[in-house]
Amino acid sequence: MILSKQKPWEEILGYLDGEKSVFLLGCNGCAQASGTGGPEQVTEMKDKLEAEGKKVTGSTVVDFLCEKALVKSRLRGKLEQVKVADSILVMTCGVGVQAVAASVNKVCHPACDTVNLGGSRGEWKGSERCMECGECLLEYTGGICPLTACTKGLISGQCGGASKGKCELNPEKDCGWELIYKRLKAKGQLDMLKKPIPPKNWDRMMPDVSVMATSHWALERTD
Amino acid sequence: MSLQSVLESGKFVVTAEVGPLKGTDTTEIIEAAEVLRGRVDAANVTDQQSSVMRLGSLVVSYLLKQKGLEPVYQMTCRDRNRIALQSDLLSAWVMGIENVLALTGDLPALGDHPQAMAVYDLDSVQLLSVISKLNEGHDMVGNELAGKTGFFPGAVVNPGADTEASFELQLFKMEKKINAGARFFQTQAIYDVDSFAKFMKRVEGFKVPVLAGVIPLKSAGMARFMNKNVAGVFVPDELIKRMEAAENKTQTGIQIAADLMKQLKGVCQGVHIMAIGWEKRVPQILEAAGF
Repeated sequence: MILSKQKPWEEILGYLDGEKSVFLLGCNGCAQASGTGGPEQVTEMKDKLEAEGKKVTGSTVVDFLCEKALVKSRLRGKLEQVKVADSILVMTCGVGVQAVAASVNKVCHPACDTVNLGGSRGEWKGSERCMECGECLLEYTGGICPLTACTKGLISGQCGGASKGKCELNPEKDCGWELIYKRLKAKGQLDMLKKPIPPKNWDRMMPDVSVMATSHWALERTD
Repeated sequence: MSLQSVLESGKFVVTAEVGPLKGTDTTEIIEAAEVLRGRVDAANVTDQQSSVMRLGSLVVSYLLKQKGLEPVYQMTCRDRNRIALQSDLLSAWVMGIENVLALTGDLPALGDHPQAMAVYDLDSVQLLSVISKLNEGHDMVGNELAGKTGFFPGAVVNPGADTEASFELQLFKMEKKINAGARFFQTQAIYDVDSFAKFMKRVEGFKVPVLAGVIPLKSAGMARFMNKNVAGVFVPDELIKRMEAAENKTQTGIQIAADLMKQLKGVCQGVHIMAIGWEKRVPQILEAAGF
């Protein structure tokens, strides 16, 4: 699941400056769940653009814009509408925009910003967050991740900014290190707080090079 | 005389603080240095305090040194990665700076460039161990240095943490900082000497000198603001009322600070005066305290 939000209207209009017509592409996957690029938002976008005097040559909502084979097959029946448009406005996450831009020889404008999930994963709502740091510290912190529970991501202990158990940046948010302290205390593990934690190897947080390069699905293979 | 030797002599130590301004005009800093020289044992130079972009603490520490005032170079982990931190430490040593105060640093969101990326590649504890390694002649990954440093590293602790968990966490972290090389501590501002004395009792066994923070009050409003917004600072009602009733607020603020310093003399190893704009009044405060 990738979370997105629509860019400010002025920003989207700015992208379309000097263009007369546009083709709209929405996504029935995460963008629909985010309320940013589902059928409803595509219709809204069409109305708003037309009110600004733009010609919308056509639109479609693909199940998953991140899947290039799907993008190509779904656009096949709309080729004429795409061809006559000055550009495509893609209403989905950064992966989807990249997949469309790679599939169609047309200027592709992103309509959304992809929002950092802050380490939450999956569909089930919960308070646990993992940043995929590649160097798990949960052994030392009572099973609460300091990188995500502490606003500063401090790994050696609490800063001096907590007040009444809350974070100095957001009085609504519990101080992550207070949570860690209470958990360790409950489990009889307070000695963990004395263990020096070496500086993190942030390089491990970068994805493996083989993952950063496009991973080719069978359908995409060109060879 | 170096801060280290003053602390080792057993004398009650007084440090002050100089906050660089935004811009290149160093007049205020030079004037403050001249007023403080000979009256305090050292002066901290803050590093982009409250995440507000200003003139750097390295160069201002150097200016103080040139003016004959012993600097305590404050270094936060907010704006630099481990390469820049180590390089600046080497530069500081070459400039003749001996004391470094290692801090994690406020979040950029609190300052005037809230859009900035917070670095926090290292934290205060790790920075202290890096300083210890440089002192031994190696960088943090073990490469040999051509010419090592000889820093006297210090750190901060917040004795006024207001929950049991936070109070204990501060003690755990203080111990970690000592194990990583901290040789002295400076604290958040103290107004309640009895509570602070309890804290000192707890850290007695660490055998590391603690300089209690002193912020002279300028008004009752300032005291209320700190109570509300500054974690770990608690100004008792009685002092707020005294400031409110005072005809001469400056004189009363100075007197309260001086009284606190007299009481603290029996409790810890020194005081750290954060005058926040009143740098030039520090000698008056010292005089009122009989220092």
